[in-house]
Amino acid sequence: MRNAFCAALVTLAAERQFAFLTGDLGFMALEPLQAAMGERFINAGVAEQNMVSVAAGMASGGLQSWAYSIAPFVYARPFEQIRNDVCLHDLDVKLVANGGGYGYGVMGATHHAIEDYGVMSALQNMRVHVPAFADDIAPIAARMAADPHPAYLRLGRCEKPKDHRLPDYAPWRRLLTGATGVLVVVGPGAGGVLALASTLPEAHRPDVWVATELPFTVEAMPLLLIERIRTTGALFVLEEHVAQGGAGQMLAHLLLVNGMAPRRFEHFHAHGYRSGRYGSQMFHRTENGIDPATVLAATV
Amino acid sequence: MTAATRPNAVTPARARARLLQMHYEAKVGHIGGNLSALDAMLHLHTQVIGDDDVFVLSKGHSAGALYIALWAIGEIADEELASFHKDNTRLGGHPVAHWHKRIVFATGSLGHGLGLAAGVALGKRLRGENGTVYCLLSDGECEEGSIWEAAMFARHQKLANLVVLVDANGLQGFGSTAEVASLEPLAPKFAGFGLDTVEIDGHSPGALDAALDGRSDAPRVILLRTIKGKGVSFMEGRMEWHYLALNDDQYRAALTELGA
Repeated sequence: MRNAFCAALVTLAAERQFAFLTGDLGFMALEPLQAAMGERFINAGVAEQNMVSVAAGMASGGLQSWAYSIAPFVYARPFEQIRNDVCLHDLDVKLVANGGGYGYGVMGATHHAIEDYGVMSALQNMRVHVPAFADDIAPIAARMAADPHPAYLRLGRCEKPKDHRLPDYAPWRRLLTGATGVLVVVGPGAGGVLALASTLPEAHRPDVWVATELPFTVEAMPLLLIERIRTTGALFVLEEHVAQGGAGQMLAHLLLVNGMAPRRFEHFHAHGYRSGRYGSQMFHRTENGIDPATVLAATV
Repeated sequence: MTAATRPNAVTPARARARLLQMHYEAKVGHIGGNLSALDAMLHLHTQVIGDDDVFVLSKGHSAGALYIALWAIGEIADEELASFHKDNTRLGGHPVAHWHKRIVFATGSLGHGLGLAAGVALGKRLRGENGTVYCLLSDGECEEGSIWEAAMFARHQKLANLVVLVDANGLQGFGSTAEVASLEPLAPKFAGFGLDTVEIDGHSPGALDAALDGRSDAPRVILLRTIKGKGVSFMEGRMEWHYLALNDDQYRAALTELGA
């Protein structure tokens, strides 16, 4: 998704004025953006607190600012700068986090982000975008650029099945029709689910939906989704994020408050590091029971 | 009216008395660090800062001095000052944003203002805008690592439109800056980061004008050597006035001393 992101911002840079800050990351990925933006591409160094404050300062003068790093270094390290400098002032700052969830795999827990969008969604004025596929990046970047408020973008690795044709981008999309319930997936894990569920008979798989924009609102939920939850009576949520503050809790809360709670609700989410062993992103998904086979077996 | 021609109708003594009245009526403290910063903030707002300039109060606990400086130039009315620290006020104990064009940022958590100011300064340069960004720190605030991230960034970006002022009163929340952090010498620390640094009497408008007249390709730092509680003898240099509120006798004695 990183290359798609770079390409999307190169396109945006030709259309509108903004500044781009990186916390010394982007080697072998962001060079085209650097070339396109000139002095508005700023390597802020390994100093993320300052990077976010600078982004807020530039935005306060009317210059939209994007700030980029590996996920934990852009949402956790400068958390108070995001809360105070960006969100309290409702400034036009876009935080871009590479490697959501267990994306950095065996590089270790310091580089993972399994509680990022729950924390970000709790902040004033913040919108979170979790693209599921590389194809989502350009429309999401355009939405972020057009909305003059704080935003957080969680990038990952695109896992779209080869030759699969996606519906046009929308914050809620149905990817597959099924019968056993509604499975809402947040993040690139949707790709693996899509690949496996496509091989199952419709009667033995859930509707597969992907959600990319948080926090959820009833107004933004398609009527078809609400209807499918009602008629199937079962809702499953899959995300590479801890339960606390995650999409599952958000959705459950929303449905409960609005009198739309399904009879059955199951939440597949990250727990952390139960074995104390490290490996690939899929190693961690499997250990946490959020791999496609485990999830789909539970949704029958 | 430009900043250079604006009359300074409010004397430092009058500003001090008004600041004490506001804190006395609200029964709140943070007076010491307001009095140490007041002379510089008053001079900046009445004589230096124009419409293109931006002032960032990084030491947000000196909000009172900022309100008084804005009162002195007619930007905040007496009725507004009367609401200080009360319910339904816009004059919080630390500045809140979104209500006054000269209070750009909500500050109070230390170590944020210099990065914000650097961003404003860089944004001005990238957009081809005029104006200088003034940022007031406290000396104790320089214990925050983010200050030095920002100092390094500002120097690297050659933000010549950034002026950093440090209210160096030598006292912080629970001790002196020497006892808590061996903070001094502070000037060589900023100079070592490549910032153009001078030290002056922080209560002298003339010295501040002279320091501001300097020109540099680098961001400038003006270390204001100040006295916490300046102008009220029983507060001067005493750490407890970081926190204490004035009782009736103390308030009367302070006003008498200020000739108010």
